[in-house]
Amino acid sequence: MIIYGVAILAFSYLTGQLCGEYLGEFLGVKANVGGVGFAMIILLLCKEWLQKKGWLDGEFEKGVDFWNKMYIPVIIAMSASQNVKVAVSSGFLAVLVGVVPVVAAFFTLPYLIKLSQK
Amino acid sequence: MEIFENFIDKNGLIVGFLVIGVLAFLSEIFSKKVLKGYLPGSAIAILAGLILAYFGGIITNAEKGLSDLPYLKGVGTFGGSMFRDFTIVATAMGASYLTMKKAGWLGLVSLLFGIVFFFVFGVALAYIWGIRDAASLCTVGAGSCTYIVGPVTGAALGASSDVIALSIAIGVLKAILVTILTPLLAKRVGLNNPAAAMAFGGLMGTNSGVSAGLAATDPALVPYGAVTATFYTGLGCLLCPSLFYLVLGWIL
Repeated sequence: MIIYGVAILAFSYLTGQLCGEYLGEFLGVKANVGGVGFAMIILLLCKEWLQKKGWLDGEFEKGVDFWNKMYIPVIIAMSASQNVKVAVSSGFLAVLVGVVPVVAAFFTLPYLIKLSQK
Repeated sequence: MEIFENFIDKNGLIVGFLVIGVLAFLSEIFSKKVLKGYLPGSAIAILAGLILAYFGGIITNAEKGLSDLPYLKGVGTFGGSMFRDFTIVATAMGASYLTMKKAGWLGLVSLLFGIVFFFVFGVALAYIWGIRDAASLCTVGAGSCTYIVGPVTGAALGASSDVIALSIAIGVLKAILVTILTPLLAKRVGLNNPAAAMAFGGLMGTNSGVSAGLAATDPALVPYGAVTATFYTGLGCLLCPSLFYLVLGWIL
């Protein structure tokens, strides 16, 4: 059933986010720290466990996959509800930070690839 | 008219689905017909979203872009933190421990190197620019990782909405640039085999940029790049607002 996939995703999300809340409290950051990351790890562990048990079926994966594919639309909606007007006033910084590291990374890539071929 | 207003108000999120669906569709058409697939539809839709948010901000003089307009509140719900985080977690399903093992050390090394590389570069440039508070610096650095790590970090650290928007703009710019530059530079940087694609995915990390860029270079390389890139955003979300933020605080 599709709802099982969604439920496992919800379980991972809630558990991970809660861990993030407590870690934030523990670190004194007053915010959720890495909740999304923990949730991802929990989801991967759940998936591995279900696979071993042989309980992972196509329907189950569809439940998670739907939300996986909704991620670009959510990002579109998120960008449509940001305070872009204010960000534009610091426009050059955005271009600077957006462009310079990417170009630098492309020139670093050959060295990383060399490392991989050793 | 009042019935209509109440109706839209009650069904805000559904209206959001429709609006974003139409926006994504128009962007896809624009991508195929006008730009001949030079930029992926998703990148254009995100850009269009930012542009619409800009006009929304001008019209309403408020902080939440398009979603401050009457009838469009649902767009804000759809793009809010709950759906955002929920869908990001779902993307982890695309990776498995087995493939991760196959990607091995190179994937892990390039992944960590890539996150640190972009974060440090972003923070350094923002610092030179004159930004001094740790939360904003961290958010800008996270934004140069991906357009998701930026807002997640910013939200976690309580950065202001304009810094979060800036971090998204940076991340989107990165995704677009990676999309454009990958097919152009692939040969020159030796991006022509699975191992190289894994290193590439880990280094660049921006999921849409990497998968779109590799698709334009050699579709066979896409899964290898995506395998490492999939972890980039999650690891970034884990490291930026926690470890990196603490280290940044010590340095400042």
